[in-house]
Amino acid sequence: MRVKQISIFLENKKGRLLEALKALGREKINIRALSIADTLDFGILRLIVADPDKAKLVLEQSNFTVKENDVIAIAVKDQPGGLADVLSTLSNAGINVEYIYAFADKQENDAVVVLRTEDIDEGIKVLKKANVHMLSAKDIYSL
Amino acid sequence: MSLIWNKKAECLLPLEKEQLQLERLQHIVKYAYERVPYYKKAFDKSGVKPSDINSLKDIEKLPFTSKAELRDAYPYGMFAAPMEDIVEIHTSSGTTGKPVVMGYTIADIELWSEVMARSLSMAGCTKTDIVQNAYGYGLFTGGLGVHYGARKIGANVIPISAGNTKRQLEIIRDFGSTILTCTPSYTLFLAESAKEDKIDLKSLKLRAGVFGAEMWTEKMREEIEKRLHLSATNIYGLTEIIGPGVAQECEVKQGLHLQEDVFYPEIISPESLSVLSEGKKGELVLTTLTREGTPMIRFRTKDITSLCGGECKCGRTTIKMDRITGRSDDMLKIRGVIVFPSSIEKALLEINGLEPHYKIIITRPHQLDEIEVQVEASESLFSDEIRHMEETKRNIENHIEKSVGLKLKVTLVEPKTLPRSEGKAKRVFDQRELK
Ligand SMILES: [Zn+2]
Repeated sequence: MRVKQISIFLENKKGRLLEALKALGREKINIRALSIADTLDFGILRLIVADPDKAKLVLEQSNFTVKENDVIAIAVKDQPGGLADVLSTLSNAGINVEYIYAFADKQENDAVVVLRTEDIDEGIKVLKKANVHMLSAKDIYSL
Repeated sequence: MSLIWNKKAECLLPLEKEQLQLERLQHIVKYAYERVPYYKKAFDKSGVKPSDINSLKDIEKLPFTSKAELRDAYPYGMFAAPMEDIVEIHTSSGTTGKPVVMGYTIADIELWSEVMARSLSMAGCTKTDIVQNAYGYGLFTGGLGVHYGARKIGANVIPISAGNTKRQLEIIRDFGSTILTCTPSYTLFLAESAKEDKIDLKSLKLRAGVFGAEMWTEKMREEIEKRLHLSATNIYGLTEIIGPGVAQECEVKQGLHLQEDVFYPEIISPESLSVLSEGKKGELVLTTLTREGTPMIRFRTKDITSLCGGECKCGRTTIKMDRITGRSDDMLKIRGVIVFPSSIEKALLEINGLEPHYKIIITRPHQLDEIEVQVEASESLFSDEIRHMEETKRNIENHIEKSVGLKLKVTLVEPKTLPRSEGKAKRVFDQRELK
């Protein structure tokens, strides 16, 4: 299901990632999942946190450019081929995946996968039809 | 229509004007030659005597004066009036070496007040206005120049000087300031702070601004007028000549009326040094026609502009100069192409969502010049997808290349990390090591 993600622009400068994480730490904002996309001269830090609105505010106060957008969170069985099945379902339906990252759910032995499709609604529709186990914002934040 | 402060001086017929300029030129050349050793030596070296000036065109026989000569004369070498007649001193800070020192007699201060009263009137200032003067007071001429002019008009001046943005905003709001005077980049700084402090700029009484002391563009005017809800006009001046008030835009906002009855302008080619005809772009050279303390004969301003004569819609007949589009010494030669940083700025400001802050870095890593423009990744440029960000970068690069004719690299940097000084911002960093 739809889950809020926040993205942070990072200049390729020493210490900026750390500063962003420290700013969140100071406000006791827990990070559920994190990914970094890197290019030669900038990076994008993507985070799933329990309180995205507060996280955005805190980071903006530290002069970061921050964006909030929706992504899809699903649970994938921690077994070979689990994720590949999901991706081929999407691909067969003609849905483009912009990026993807995963983290492990310690209690359930599942992998939690965050997906960003070009069209979120379409992505959800296709995944629902294929009976993929989707996670709500509440599920994610309480992990 | 705003009031013409001095109809007699600002609406002279061409022949009257030339006659007045010639009389004054003959007088000032003789005055400078007799009183300033530097001029005597320079004129003698060029083989020209004051009596050789029989027409305005004869000014071309005289040698130029540049900042280097003024520095050599530090501190009082350029003074033509005896020290006891000097009532004020201003300096123009250079980035290198000693400052240039200029002396003002009582008549010079009166001259300065007069041209500043004309300038502020052009922007619409009357005695009922409250002028918030956020130019720096001190040796820099901005603060006192506006102060003298506003006082001559009889307006109420708030001599707040530069800096302390929070207080500036409070005073604009609480004192009901109607006219703001400062550098154009500072206005955007103010607008940004107002947003942070949740001050609604629309609710303020500001209605006009007189902005100068640094280069800016038409696009920046649009931006300032939109953000601050006022009419933004351009003022030009320099300490070596008098300070602000040499030229100012009227409400037509197409060129700055240059106070020709007291400052005589020429446009020269910075390369050949020959005088160019009206309308041609080149370096502005100014001669003070009445200045007593430190008369300037053919001073090379290094500012790139052009002149345009004829009567303006506002009724004034003083010649108009275009806004400054570059400095002859900032002129960048990149891979053999002449580029002014201001034209890059102009192209940048045409892009939606881009903050008007940038930095230009020129390097020569492999025998070939490379130019990098840093802009801030504002919220409207930022995306969670790399693909979009790369696209945004390419679009900016293509847009600049189209309008400037130069291939360059755009780098996105974090917000609020680029220079926004409260005075002049240094935005060009030439790191080429030229042998
Ligand atoms: Zn006019």
